[in-house]
Amino acid sequence: MNVHFFHLMPYADIDMAQIDKHQSAWVTLPNSNFDPANGRLLYERYLRELELADELGFDGVCVNEHHQTAYGLMPAPNIIAAALARSTKRAKICVLGRALPLINNPIMLAEEFAMLDHLSGGRIVAGFVRGIGTEYFSNASNPTFSHERLYEAHDLILRAWTQTGPFSYRGKHYQFDYVNLWPRPLQAPHPPVWIPSQGSMETVVWAAAKQRRYTYLQTFSPYPQALSAFRAYREVAAKEGYEPQPSQMGWAVPTYVADTDAEAKRDLAVHIEDFFNRLIRFPSLEMRMPPGYSSIRSTKQLMAAKFRARENATIDKLMEQGIILCGSPKTVRDRILRNQGEMGFGHLLAMLQIGTQPAAQTERSMRLFASEVMPALKAHDDTIAYRAAAE
Amino acid sequence: MRETTIDVRGASVRAFEAGSGPLVLYLHGADGPRDNPLLHALAASHRVLMPEMPGFGRAPLPDWMMSVADAALFGLDLVDAVGGRPLDVVGYCVGGWIAAEMAIRDPHAFATMSLIAPMGVQSPSDLGFDPFAVSPDEALRAQFHDAAKAEAEIAARADEEIDILLQNRTGLARLGWTPRFANLQLPHWLHRVRARTLLLWGDNDRYAPADCSAIFAREIAGAQVESYAACGHALPWERGADAAGRITSFLAGARR
Repeated sequence: MNVHFFHLMPYADIDMAQIDKHQSAWVTLPNSNFDPANGRLLYERYLRELELADELGFDGVCVNEHHQTAYGLMPAPNIIAAALARSTKRAKICVLGRALPLINNPIMLAEEFAMLDHLSGGRIVAGFVRGIGTEYFSNASNPTFSHERLYEAHDLILRAWTQTGPFSYRGKHYQFDYVNLWPRPLQAPHPPVWIPSQGSMETVVWAAAKQRRYTYLQTFSPYPQALSAFRAYREVAAKEGYEPQPSQMGWAVPTYVADTDAEAKRDLAVHIEDFFNRLIRFPSLEMRMPPGYSSIRSTKQLMAAKFRARENATIDKLMEQGIILCGSPKTVRDRILRNQGEMGFGHLLAMLQIGTQPAAQTERSMRLFASEVMPALKAHDDTIAYRAAAE
Repeated sequence: MRETTIDVRGASVRAFEAGSGPLVLYLHGADGPRDNPLLHALAASHRVLMPEMPGFGRAPLPDWMMSVADAALFGLDLVDAVGGRPLDVVGYCVGGWIAAEMAIRDPHAFATMSLIAPMGVQSPSDLGFDPFAVSPDEALRAQFHDAAKAEAEIAARADEEIDILLQNRTGLARLGWTPRFANLQLPHWLHRVRARTLLLWGDNDRYAPADCSAIFAREIAGAQVESYAACGHALPWERGADAAGRITSFLAGARR
């Protein structure tokens, strides 16, 4: 198994009462709540945590993109990736992902990734996403074009990375008379592409198609939902006539370890509950699901189930649903290995810093995870374990 | 209203009609093709025809509809399909915007144009309100000046199919996400309008603020403005009979 450290870079100093007052940490929470002096220290701290992950032997360090929110301070994740390209030595640098529909010039993104690939010595993983609904408000991007812009920007970037230029690109949303990438990426044929999602069927089908076979990452999901997304991926692959490798599936999960189960739960409770109840609270369901962002059918399903159900999360509920991992090293290790056998993923993305978790607690958990959990995961044969569980 | 269809270049477009007499083409608002007191009153002396625009009601968003320009050209295809040019058009909300975009592209399509709280021109003041950010009930509430009427209308629409509600929002978003509900070029071309034009506006409109009416009135030669105090964007509901009376006399005057 490949084990990665995933950082969301939250504004950890946020006053939760302010989120309550403005009913959200996204788009409408006034940025007077961001203290630049604290922000500077947080960036410093978070970069050190990502660098520590590299030193501790994690296979990858992962960052992502969100705009106008206390949830994460990475509107431009490639800037963080550029800093990490110089300060980390071995770990893959995974940008999970860039929200393609929001950008008007995908060529610039292809160029940025190509540069990052060189700066990092070929360690870049490019994640592509549509961006969550709120991003369409904060970026003034028309959500009714979200799907088609994702597919089209993706096609353009892939061609720019792989096809000899100059060539012209004629799309519905993007038109370029001259595509001729300097530099070309270092990795051949191109940096790996990963697709993070919360389980949209359309995304699973697209990622699993045999001409792509992209690594699909399931994020923030109850265990049954994650399981069914991975099953769906396998079914699509089977229909396309191939058997997917474990490395085509990744599970991203908030993770915390302490010496004992009781201690872990006691430490994490307030942070994880504030995270799920406040930092992932959107101003409205409508801002989470803007018109045309998903099909009417999936919009209705999501309206009915997911986002309402998440209100008033408690640590017990989150653990029970398998949305988070929390406990002693043994508890967490056993749970990951059992889940791997059932789900078949080959990448674990441990989110070892969540919300307001302070530096000391984060570092303790990271070190404990690296010394007591990670070795067993790395030694674990994903394919054999999954087949055994299946039989 | 009676449900009917219009053949637009081989495609069947759903429409609703009521009344008899001279034809009035009614372009519906952001909430899709929907009966209202204004339509009823207008149908007392006219045959009112309300087509379902692409992306609204039960009509899915077509791939070719990229912006309001496409909606306008589709509208002109509709005019040709209906026949009887130049037509009398009444456009409400986003339908008013589409009517104006039709009139600048084909100045001879309309004899008269009655625009009720049309979108399409950016308000000089900040909207301060985003219908896309709030629930359907809140969005509807914000259309009314009179809170009691708003609650009655919310109750009346309680069993509306969620599919239609989501479709209406999707259609509106396609046309009016950025800039919100406006074509910044529209004022520059409104001088092309040849139709005799009546603008009807509620003083307390949070969707298409009343200060937009001055821009329409400035750019369209001879445009008349009728404003309604204590009235929101939901003018066809809040002042439907009054507005229908005003439009009826405007049409009679234009025919003389």
